[in-house]
Amino acid sequence: MPKKTHVQTEINGEGVEFLCEPRQSLLEVLRDELHLTGAKEGCNNGNCGACTVRLGDRIVNSCLVLGVEAEGQKIETIEGIATSEGLHPIQQKFLEHAALQCGICTPGFIVSSKALLEQNPTPSEEDIRFWLAGNLCRCTGYHKIVEAVVDAAKSMNAEVADNG
Amino acid sequence: MAENKEFKVIGTRPIRHDGIDKVTGRAAYGADIHFPDMLHGKVLRSPYAHARIKSIDISKASSHPAVKCIITSDDLPLVEDTITELGETVINLKYLSDNILASDKALYKGHPVAAVAATDPYLAEEALNMIEVDYEILEPVLDVRQAMEPGAPVLHESLKKESMGKEGDHSQNVASHSQRKNGDLEAGFAAADVIVERDFSTATIHQGYIETHNATAQYNEDGELTVWCSTQGAFGVRDQLSKILKMPVSKIKVVPMEIGGGFGGKVQVYIKPIAALLAMKTRKPVKMTMTRTEVFEGTGPAPGSYIRVKLGADNTGKITAAEAHLVFEAGAYPGSAVGAGSLCIFAPYKIDNLQIDGYDVVLNKPKSSGYRAPGAPNACFASECVIDEICQKLNMDPIEFRLINGAKEGDRRCDGPIYPKIGYLETVEAAQQHHHYAESIDQTSNGKLRGRGVASGFWMNGGGRSSVTINVNSDGRINLIEGSTDIGGTRASIAMQAAEVLGLPAEDIMPAVGDTDSVGYTGVTGGSRTTFATGIAAINAAEDIRAQMIGVAANHWELRPSDVKFKDGTFLAQKNGEALQMTFKEVAAAAGGPLVGAVTASPGGAGNGFATHIVDLEVDSETGKVDILRYTAIQDVGRAIHPSYAEGQVEGGVAQGVGWALSEGYLYNDEGHMTNASFLDYRMPTSYDLPSIETVLVEVPNPGHPYGVRGAGEVPLVPPLAAIANAVSRAIGVRMTELPMSPDRVLEAMGSI
Repeated sequence: MPKKTHVQTEINGEGVEFLCEPRQSLLEVLRDELHLTGAKEGCNNGNCGACTVRLGDRIVNSCLVLGVEAEGQKIETIEGIATSEGLHPIQQKFLEHAALQCGICTPGFIVSSKALLEQNPTPSEEDIRFWLAGNLCRCTGYHKIVEAVVDAAKSMNAEVADNG
Repeated sequence: MAENKEFKVIGTRPIRHDGIDKVTGRAAYGADIHFPDMLHGKVLRSPYAHARIKSIDISKASSHPAVKCIITSDDLPLVEDTITELGETVINLKYLSDNILASDKALYKGHPVAAVAATDPYLAEEALNMIEVDYEILEPVLDVRQAMEPGAPVLHESLKKESMGKEGDHSQNVASHSQRKNGDLEAGFAAADVIVERDFSTATIHQGYIETHNATAQYNEDGELTVWCSTQGAFGVRDQLSKILKMPVSKIKVVPMEIGGGFGGKVQVYIKPIAALLAMKTRKPVKMTMTRTEVFEGTGPAPGSYIRVKLGADNTGKITAAEAHLVFEAGAYPGSAVGAGSLCIFAPYKIDNLQIDGYDVVLNKPKSSGYRAPGAPNACFASECVIDEICQKLNMDPIEFRLINGAKEGDRRCDGPIYPKIGYLETVEAAQQHHHYAESIDQTSNGKLRGRGVASGFWMNGGGRSSVTINVNSDGRINLIEGSTDIGGTRASIAMQAAEVLGLPAEDIMPAVGDTDSVGYTGVTGGSRTTFATGIAAINAAEDIRAQMIGVAANHWELRPSDVKFKDGTFLAQKNGEALQMTFKEVAAAAGGPLVGAVTASPGGAGNGFATHIVDLEVDSETGKVDILRYTAIQDVGRAIHPSYAEGQVEGGVAQGVGWALSEGYLYNDEGHMTNASFLDYRMPTSYDLPSIETVLVEVPNPGHPYGVRGAGEVPLVPPLAAIANAVSRAIGVRMTELPMSPDRVLEAMGSI
């Protein structure tokens, strides 16, 4: 068994240390070592997006990142998106629009959608469909997911306008 | 659609009860299970599509320090080569067991040969490489037509030709041939003014659920086996484990975790018996998860098929005769969906003269399994394309043609039953009146060729056994335990039906999916049966609770139960001229203890489901790529309990149909190895490949359900293949008969390559 490496990182705002084998992916570390099982494995080769997390300022397929690469980084997973204030507007809109069926792809879609809206608060339907093309959903046909993201953008912008 | 005033809860769109767990990542799926002392199981799979297993040497692998146990087919109990009933299907036990771990022959690349339990998943894989298997490589057969030819490589020596129930005397690959015949075929074709006959083929495809298969098993010293897993039906898993492992069902508890999609592909067991056997031998919990490649290579795809359809019509557009010859890939063991395909192929139409022949053929691919209306998409692809060509020859509008020939109440379905009230023509009329159909499309745009296609589809929908237990809490809220796996929002659709009976808001019912020890036997979530059959069980249980609560109120008021009325969640009575009233919550509190209603039901009367789809698309004549521009799906759902989730079923079915039509398909090399066993190369539609899908729910209530539910999940995958093929064919002016219509095939059809 290869020797384990000590890694110091921040996950969902909390300092976290873990030991992992050099060959373990970030997804494996999150799920199997830290028991943050919200990120899902659908393909383990970067095609389905079910394991999407934020690493630093970009979103990644955590199955394609090694656990040791998390050293010194900030990570946000689906577990960190709702706060003590309640659900994030994207989570709320996914529920209201019935944008999930089996739910296995949902964490990845929510993490991806949040990153999109942070970068582009007023995306067109085309923008959303293009951005989310890295996340596979086999249940919904994407229609209600796109609707939910459009509506989440609207409600987040309204909130910003109210507060501004 | 006008708002339905008849109901308070049904037809509304409450937030699903399990929603928060699923948007926060808290919902526990099978692969999320963790035990501190668990072992990890991995499977060694055949690298050959067809090979005799001469010997398996596990000695080197056994000496690996991390390995705790290795099993082969020798460790499975010997089961008889007999047909047995399993839930609602019949199955040959030997085939079922051999598909778990190959005994004498490996019949497809990916066929399990041995399995290891080790302390670490990487080390388990390492140990797999140390198992030495001596194979005698045999020639594979990968095409149904070749598999039917004399002299083709034979998969099962024991399989003798069985034509229309008769056993033959030589081994071959046709597992069964069935025939349906009505009227006078010859006279029917003689009366036709136009006849079209064509051959069609469809690729082997996969259900493509995003969650791979998983199972975690634990075996206790008292002989109790527990299996946590992803499945469409926990009781079906228990039945299969019981047969394969020769254990009594009462010794097995199956705990259904949240399921990440199934579409028919998570009914049959694969690694669950292996995990169980490894756990039994090691007395440790054993967890197994498949890789995506294992899912493609080792779990039931939907059958590829070859279908010939001949159809005749007179000049008025009336169908005079229809003939179909369907050959389906069973995969390595008999049992494709050719029977259901044969039943569905002409079901939307009234046809007096017809003959349908179905062949189930084994070949060196994984054993096929169900995929959303199993068999019907293949079959209706062929028949609906031929109908479109007839319409072109008659210069007739395809909607008009369907209005002339469409089946209605009182007509006989090809397999015998007389249709009760059905909604097929209502879907066709809704298509005709839809603004999508009213608006014409340009034939060309920027050098791209455009076309519109129409197709209909049928699925019979299922009934069968379901159980529900309702517990009323003293605060008047309700725990509802159902036996059905919730795969796409059925906790909500079941809870809403109970809420309707009890006059409660949907939020006051807390639904949960029970394990096999905590709720009565329930069939799989499949056959579009759950909202129908488990819904009826929930309605019956709620009615029982309502009667008990009327008794409680009557006692409280010192009246007879017949004096108490129930309206909108309130109990009412008159006593000595005084109007008495108690709310649901007050009666629940007055009961002084729990109220329990437990019901098992096995309703027949599932409603026949019909759909009609319209698609506009354009074909890039330089690249052959097809882009869907607009899609409208019209479906009779009988009654939409939660319209958002009914629409979701339709939208998801259409998306899968777009993949089946345009981009999905197993690719094989000459050795029978799948060459695209990843989501990169097996191309399922992304959000960017699809337009918004417009869904129109038609509601022609099913007389067999108190609220009219028919079932909605499967029929939306039936029309898209033909609708898209018809649109492409009309756009390029050449009839497309092979799926998928990948860019190379489109260019070839256009004569460009």
